[in-house]
Amino acid sequence: MRLVALALAALVLAAPAAASEERPTAAELESELVCPVCESTLDTSNAPVALRMKAFIRARIAAGDTKSEIKAALVDQFGSSVLAVPPKRGFELIAWLLPLAGLALGVVAVGLLAWHWSRGRGGDEPPEADTPLDPALERRLDDELARFDP
Amino acid sequence: MTLARLRLAAQVLAVVIVVALFGLLAWKLTQGESEVTAQLDRGGSPAAPAFTLERLDGKGELEFASLRGKAVVLNFWASWCGPCKDETPLLQEGWKRWQDKGVVFVGVDVKDFRGDARAFLARYGVTYPNVYDGKGSTVGRYGVTGFPETYFVDAAGNVRSRIAGPVEDAAELDAGIERALAPA
Repeated sequence: MRLVALALAALVLAAPAAASEERPTAAELESELVCPVCESTLDTSNAPVALRMKAFIRARIAAGDTKSEIKAALVDQFGSSVLAVPPKRGFELIAWLLPLAGLALGVVAVGLLAWHWSRGRGGDEPPEADTPLDPALERRLDDELARFDP
Repeated sequence: MTLARLRLAAQVLAVVIVVALFGLLAWKLTQGESEVTAQLDRGGSPAAPAFTLERLDGKGELEFASLRGKAVVLNFWASWCGPCKDETPLLQEGWKRWQDKGVVFVGVDVKDFRGDARAFLARYGVTYPNVYDGKGSTVGRYGVTGFPETYFVDAAGNVRSRIAGPVEDAAELDAGIERALAPA
């Protein structure tokens, strides 16, 4: 029963993504593509080349192209820099891996530090003094403590 | 590993990361800066950056180095650029006047659709060679700041002058070509 529910949930989540791939809207593509001249997304640009790209996108949608096909056609003309989100392959993969690597490194560093600090406390035993107190200082300390004794 | 060693390793790692980020920043800044325009501004004649790009007439690729020995009028344009439409007939006219005098005109279509570029060339009857640079790989290296922009390269392959913006008239075009033809 639980497996069926999980499969249904996966289907419900996957359906919009598949629909978006097969029947993309101009608005979503314009938010996922960058104007090569002004370097902002197409939906916020009115540069001549951006307007031309928007017209291209609408024509390709009308012709029945998928989202991937439209993006591939634009990358073929302008290069991968027109993609607002870098592809997860080749050199651009670094843009995805570096933040994750940094996060993993940070977690490991914090974990190691926490482990060392907790070991350094040494449980309930009081820490042993490395060197004996100077006799004069010890006497002074005893006198000071004696003042607080009832 | 002691805490002191761990701390030292973390500090070294942090320094390495900071140095790497500074390196990345320096690389990015130098990528965006063009030595061509900087040297031209100082009165120099920098070497024209090499390129090999697909020809828009379908005749394979054009290697810029193959033009060595001739003065080159290198014009950066795009079909969506308004001033390029006004300038192109002037360049075509200039090409007719200079092509038998050791001068080559080359158009570089930048950040454009190939189909639009070909339609543009057909509409304006352009007969000088044009190459396609959709990704704009030449823009940063030449220091192109807008479209159109024209560079005048001498027979030795050095940039002698440039016109940022459209070439206004035949006299301005001819002056640039004569500078490229003059002895260094």
